[in-house]
Amino acid sequence: MPWSASCARATDDHRPMTATDTSAPKLRVTGLRKHFGKDEVIRGIDLDVAPGDRIAILGASGSGKSTFLRCLNFMEKPSAGRIELAGSMVGAQRPGPGGRLETVYTERELTQVRQRVGMVFQQFNLFPHMTAIGNVMEGLRTVKGMDRAAAEAKARAQLARVGLEDKADTYPARLSGGQKQRVAIARALAMEPDLLLLDEPTSALDPELVGEVLRTIRTLAEEGRTMLLVTHELGFAYHFANRILFIADGVIHEQGTPDEVLKNPQRPRTQAFLARHNEFHF
Amino acid sequence: MNHQWNFSAVWDNPEALLAGAAGTLRIFVICLVLGLSLGLLVGLGRYSKRQWIYIPASVFVEFFRNTPVLVQILWFYFALPMLAPFEISPLMAAALGISLNSAAFSGEIFRAGIQSLERGQWEGAQALGMTQAQALRRIVLPQAVKRMLPALTNRAIEIFKMSTLASAVAYVELLQQGKLIASLNYNPIEAYTVIALLFFAFLYPLVQATYALERKLRQGD
Repeated sequence: MPWSASCARATDDHRPMTATDTSAPKLRVTGLRKHFGKDEVIRGIDLDVAPGDRIAILGASGSGKSTFLRCLNFMEKPSAGRIELAGSMVGAQRPGPGGRLETVYTERELTQVRQRVGMVFQQFNLFPHMTAIGNVMEGLRTVKGMDRAAAEAKARAQLARVGLEDKADTYPARLSGGQKQRVAIARALAMEPDLLLLDEPTSALDPELVGEVLRTIRTLAEEGRTMLLVTHELGFAYHFANRILFIADGVIHEQGTPDEVLKNPQRPRTQAFLARHNEFHF
Repeated sequence: MNHQWNFSAVWDNPEALLAGAAGTLRIFVICLVLGLSLGLLVGLGRYSKRQWIYIPASVFVEFFRNTPVLVQILWFYFALPMLAPFEISPLMAAALGISLNSAAFSGEIFRAGIQSLERGQWEGAQALGMTQAQALRRIVLPQAVKRMLPALTNRAIEIFKMSTLASAVAYVELLQQGKLIASLNYNPIEAYTVIALLFFAFLYPLVQATYALERKLRQGD
């Protein structure tokens, strides 16, 4: 019976989230696809992320780089492909309409995945009805169920780490863009994620505020955190990353070390992209 | 017109007015609680992407928005007991009619309030590992309710005034008692004037209190 057969396979694939296989990559993406209606945005991406990897993802707007990142913590549900965290697959496979295997996810599983894969957004997405420390405590209290005193101590330490201890009791509306983004980074870090996704964290900032956020991200890199960063800041990507992915038309068009991709790109589209970015270089 | 004002029928029956005021308050509180909580459920149903939730919620809203409350109250009081084998009190009939109607209107307020919140707020909450229910309770509703407060205040005022419709099934509330006093020795002017002023005396402070609440909630912005 095909149903029971595939069910058994799904269970084999679906090892419990707590069983962490240390030899496996932190994150393995295989054959990832995502379409919105008839519009295919991600058209088959494979990627292994090793512990300590700092991966910068570049590409023109509309190339699919943000959608790709958002698939990794299931802000967007992939249309096809599989995502493994520390060796265990997210979701379970079941026969769908037409006999094809489809992957189904439970809300419970996705909330656990998102605790392990933190995200920082372009628009910060701070909660405006909570103070800075309230924002950082929120996940600790509501998701992890920590008591108030412990959550507050931990949140304060995270704010200190991004240099904003003195803004603990300030509401987001009274923070600058750069400060908001640093609070958002502290909020994500407080959950102690295995992996941090940063989706154009400086694109909504005034140019003079970009530096403070990039410096914060650099200190995280120095701590050995595993991070994936979508960015347009090529100079920062060069210094920050150990690997660069250039995405075009929903696939990884070219990848390698920063020197390989940024200084000596092999493919014409990568060259053209970099040329456009350096057009007004002086 | 040379009317001789005579409030004696009003002042001689304080217990009648008191009973009326108690009845009005009882209907108001019941319908406010029922109407708003049912309204939240209906509003969430209208926000849902699942058709089997969305469609019944929409039918409910359209049905109760487009039928008069007075007709509903009379239907529940006179027609329902003939169709189903149970008794229904005037209070139950009036509370049902007013609550269901308020649920339909406040459901639309809740839906619009929740929809007005940027998607980023849901995403910010989900990215921390919150469930939909946690995101709704901790992040979305507190902000949405703040935006909805003026509209919900109007709803509350409307519910208070709709309580007078209960007099159609002879439930003891302020208007019902006003009618009674007016007929005692034919003095409708005094009776209805006092009833109108009593409603004003209830509602005006209520509205002022919600203004104060709105100001307090805006402080974080």
